[in-house]
Order: sequence, then structure tokens, then C-alpha cells
Amino acid sequence: MRGTHDVEEAVLAQATNLGPPPYLTSAGSMSQETVELASATASKVQRTPHVRSSPLGDRIFSILLYAAAWIVLAVVVALFLVLLKAAIPAIQATGIKPLLSQVWSPNDGQFGVLSFVYGTLVTSIIALVVAGPIGIGAALFLAELAPRRLATPVAMLVELLAAVPSVVYGVWGLFALAPFMRVYIEPALAKTFGFLPLFQGPIYGVGMLTGGIILAIMVVPTVAAISRDVFEAVPNEQREGMLALGATKWEMLTKAVLPYARSGVLGALVLGVGRALGEAMAVVMVIGNKPAIAASLFAPGYTMASVLANEFSEATGKVYISMLIEIGLLLFVVSLIVNVVARLLVWSVSRRVGR
Amino acid sequence: MKRKTFTRSLAAVAAVSVLAPVAALADMQFVGAGATFPTPFFSRAFYAYSQDHPGITVNYASIGSGGGIAQLTAKLVDFGASDVPMNAKELAAAWDANGKVIQLPDTLGGEPIAYNAPGLPKHIRLTEKTLADIFLGHVANWNDPSIAAVNPGVKFPNLAILVVHRADASGTSYHFTDYMAKISSEWKTKVGVGKTVNWPTGVGAKGNEGVAGQIQNSPGAVGYIELAYALQNDMAYVALQNKDGAYVLPTVDTIRAAAAQKPNVNAVDFSVTDMAGKDSYGISGYSWIMVWQNQADPAKGRQLQDLLKWLVTSGQQYAKKVHYVALPDNVQQEALKAIASIHT
Repeated sequence: MRGTHDVEEAVLAQATNLGPPPYLTSAGSMSQETVELASATASKVQRTPHVRSSPLGDRIFSILLYAAAWIVLAVVVALFLVLLKAAIPAIQATGIKPLLSQVWSPNDGQFGVLSFVYGTLVTSIIALVVAGPIGIGAALFLAELAPRRLATPVAMLVELLAAVPSVVYGVWGLFALAPFMRVYIEPALAKTFGFLPLFQGPIYGVGMLTGGIILAIMVVPTVAAISRDVFEAVPNEQREGMLALGATKWEMLTKAVLPYARSGVLGALVLGVGRALGEAMAVVMVIGNKPAIAASLFAPGYTMASVLANEFSEATGKVYISMLIEIGLLLFVVSLIVNVVARLLVWSVSRRVGR
Repeated sequence: MKRKTFTRSLAAVAAVSVLAPVAALADMQFVGAGATFPTPFFSRAFYAYSQDHPGITVNYASIGSGGGIAQLTAKLVDFGASDVPMNAKELAAAWDANGKVIQLPDTLGGEPIAYNAPGLPKHIRLTEKTLADIFLGHVANWNDPSIAAVNPGVKFPNLAILVVHRADASGTSYHFTDYMAKISSEWKTKVGVGKTVNWPTGVGAKGNEGVAGQIQNSPGAVGYIELAYALQNDMAYVALQNKDGAYVLPTVDTIRAAAAQKPNVNAVDFSVTDMAGKDSYGISGYSWIMVWQNQADPAKGRQLQDLLKWLVTSGQQYAKKVHYVALPDNVQQEALKAIASIHT
């Protein structure tokens, strides 16, 4: 679902749509070249108001576009309905009990899913907190500061990161990242921030923190690539105006570029979180797969996507399989909620900026 | 997700286009699906069979036991394979679909308790009780006196024990928990037996390779893995106390010795963990093949019968090469009887 380029752009376009700067709504979702092209055609259109075109061609084109939009919508609705239908046996058998319990023991019919929801949210938040600044920072550097001959290869490398299969991240996470976390990062965190419950308890290397870090690494390219496009779509007049007022480069970036691109960048973060929420294979390898809610980030946890990856193939019994599908449905709903909350955030932020 | 499915379907297209000419030449093709556990043995054995029988190919898809049972019940495959035989409920569903299912053991695997603790020898001894206590979380440090008591001369470090178990549902976990339930009543009531259980302690890793990797990366770790993984990764593993009180290392011979204690193994009474006998190793289990008793195509049914007969007898020589255990002779006889009952 996620991760395909066109879907990303569509989501981003919608995300940016909520922002009031009208120039950004069209520009935010496009690469710079398209933006230039669009503005070029736009100025041409203004000069010649009577555009000659074949009505038939227009009609076919518009039907195709409608079809494309409806297909996306239909897939989402179909997905939801099929999940819902397959989850009904579990919902009938267990009611809302799974949503109130964290005991996962399919053997004796205990299907508490709270720990999966918790693990999913915690790892995604860690991913966002770590990947957000890095991704936006890298994008800002690539779009604004880096010399061209450096920016192009680095941008390509960042996008290459997005193409690495998640299972490769997982294996790397297990054999390289987890030992590194166990020996260096986690003891240092425990020593410095050990007074917080977040950084207490035994250190295994695998756990929610390592899961979050793996996700962060996977989310950075998404955030960086989209933010970079957004920054590059900021009109040069904005920068020039700021500089003309005597601003430094830093002031120009923080006062002209960032506010202008804010809703687009938030859209990039929303997409990144989407990837983090749904990622299964990489997380499975490093999270420790323990269905329990622990305050410490060092403790092993579990996510909704990873329990599906772990148990679906060997699950037998109607309620058990149906329960796993219910978790899929729940993940769908959680993603939806996160998206809506993010939209509201984008909306409120842009309204405040608009005033 | 989409990207993965896309790659997979690309691979499928590629596979089909490669296989297509072969399939056209083949006189007969058998398709099986199910557990991942017997896959190394199956690929080796089925390859040898098609070498000896030109024109016959056997394709096995390791999609998991649940999938194997479902695909057999839906009549999509010629045989299914599972770590645990189909239960009464699944057999009833199959009965409604196509009548009786014949289940027979095809290979046997053992599970060493591997560990990683600096300074310890290649093999240490553990009693059944201590093993249960470790996995229940009661014994949490390598310097626990109950470990040292049966290992005179070995100095145990002050190091926390990290239990590593399978996170994905697996027959390996089933056999292990089946063993634990036999040696510990606390385990039986608190945790139980299953492919996925609510583990009292430790971390979960995906697949045998995940568990092996986790153990090797974590000083203090202990966990159960299939024999092949312990041997190929050159891991340290436990000489485990057996029912007769002897400390036995898992080898092809000790695992076979345990299984031979139960000649009349069948799809209802199939557990071979914690068997008597001074040479028996405690933790092992069979892998099962399921076929329909009623074969739609008599010629194909006879060929399938031949394939299965070969698999449980001559084909067993390939088990050892991938560190699986050949079926004991008496079990081979039982399997042959089951195969003979296929209607052709």
C-alpha cells in the first residue's frame, strides 16, 4: 500500500491542500521541474484565454482521472470491508475484551492486543522523533546549502535508502545495530537519563528502542526526499525578499523557507509515520517480540504488524486466524486515526501561520 | 507491502516462465505445501527422487503448517505437511471436503538447548528441573547454584540469563513446550503447549536463524534451536538430563533412540519428547505429511503412493545430510501401512 510513489504524492497533495498558502497547494506535491513547467503553462494560459482543445480528448482524460481516483478509494474501502468481514468471527467470540487486555496466549483463547498497539505507537513515535529532525535537516541542507555537485549524489543516496528491502534492514539490525545498542548506546542512555523510567531495566540490545531506531532509519529517506522537494518548491522571491531585508542565511531559512514549507513538511512526516506504523519485517528482527507493556524503552515489545508477520502463517483455528485479521483491521484504524490527527495538526498549524 | 507483493509476483512470473518448459516435458507433477521445518529435507529428497524418476517433479512450497492444511483441505495441493498432525476439528472439515486424510511421519528433528556464556565449555549439563526453572524465569543468573551443582569443575560467571525463544509460531516451539509441559507441572498449568505460547520470560526472535543470531549476539543467552542450526553455527549446547537421569547430548543417534521408544506413533498420539531410555535425548518431534485417502486420478495416486513409500524408506538417507533424523525402522513400517491404505 504505502511506499509507492504515486500514493505518497497523492497523500502529500491532500496533506498540503489543507494549508492556506495557495501557491504551495499546487507546488508542494510536485517536483521542481513540474512546478516550473506548470507555472510556464499557467502564464501562457493567462495570455491566451481561448484555449483550443478537442472536447473528446478532454473528456477521455477527465474520465481517466476520475477512474484513477475512484480506484484508489475503492481499494481502500474494499480492504476495509474484507478485513471487517474476516474479523467478525473474532469480534463475535471475544467482543471488546482484546482491547482491554495485554495477555496474548492463543493457546487458551486469550487475545489481548493492547501491548501490540502500545508497541506500534511507541516505536513509531521514536522513529518520528529521531527521523524527523534528521530527515528535515538533511533536506534543508540538500535544498538550500549544499553545492549542486554534492547535493545530487547525496540526494540519490538518500533515495536509495528507501529502496533497501525491509528484511535487509532487519538482518542488519539484528547482527549490527542490536549489539551496538547493547554495548554503547543503551548503557550510555541508562547512565545519563537513568532517572527516567524510560531508560531503566535490563539491557538486551533488542527492544522497543532498537525497533524505533530501525524504523527511524527506514523513515528518514521518505521524510528527506519529500521535504527536499517541498523546500525546492519555495519560490526564490521569498528568499530574495528576506535577504533583501538584511536577513542572514539562517534567518532566511527559519523565517522564510521553513514557514512557507511547513505544511508540506508535516505531510512528509505523516507519510513517514505511515511507513513506521505498517512496517513488519525489520521490526520483528529487533524488537524482542514480547507481548507486554513495559515503561522502559529497553524492554522487548511487540507491534501489530510484527505479530501478523510472526503468527499468520502457522495460525490454525477459526477464532485465532480471525483475531489476527482483527489486528490488521485495528492497524488500519490506528493508521487512520494517526492520519486524521496529523491532518488536524497541519490544519491548525497552517491556520495559525496564516493569521 | 505492495512493493513486496509486487516483487513476489515478479518472481512468480519469472518462476513460471522458467518452469513452464520443464512442466511441459514432465509426465507428472506433484505439488505440496506446508511447514517450513521439513523444507531442507524435502528439497534434498525430492530432488533425488526426480533424478531417479525422470519426468516426475515434486514442488514443495513452505508456506507454514496452517497454510498446508488449508491448501490440502481446499484440494489445491497433492499433499500437505505440518509440524503437528491435523486435529479432530481440522479432520472433520477435511472429511466434509473430500473424505479421509491419511497422516504419516516423514522426518524427525531434534532441538538442542544452545547457549552463549563467556568462559563456559562447549557443553554443560543441565537437569530437567533447572531447564524448566530457567525458562520459567526462576533461575536468572548463570552463577545459580543449581547449575553449578551438576557441573563440577566449571566456574560459572555472574551473568544474567537471557532466554531466547521463537517469536513466530512454529513446530519447533510446539515440540519444546510439549517437552517442558512433561518435565514441569508449573509449565503445564502456567504456560501450556503450543506453537505460540505466552512466554514467562525472555525475548522472541524470528525463525531458527533469528534465535541462533540472537544467542550468538547476546552474552548470557540461552534458547532452543533445530539441530542443524546449532551444528552449522558451531554453537555451545547443553547435555540435557533425560528421563532416566542420564546427561545426553543431542545427536542424530540420541534423537532417533528416543523416537524408537515409541514405535506405534500416530497422528493422535505423536509426542516423542521426554522418552525413557538411557540414550534418549529429550526434545524432538516428527514432521507430518497429509494426503487424501481418495485419489481422483488413479495413475497419479499410485505414483504418489510410490513417492511416499520411497520418502519414508530409501529417501530417509537424505535426512542425515541436512541434520534431520531418519525415521526409526519400526516407525517406517507404520508409515508404510498408512501409505498402503491410500485408495488408488
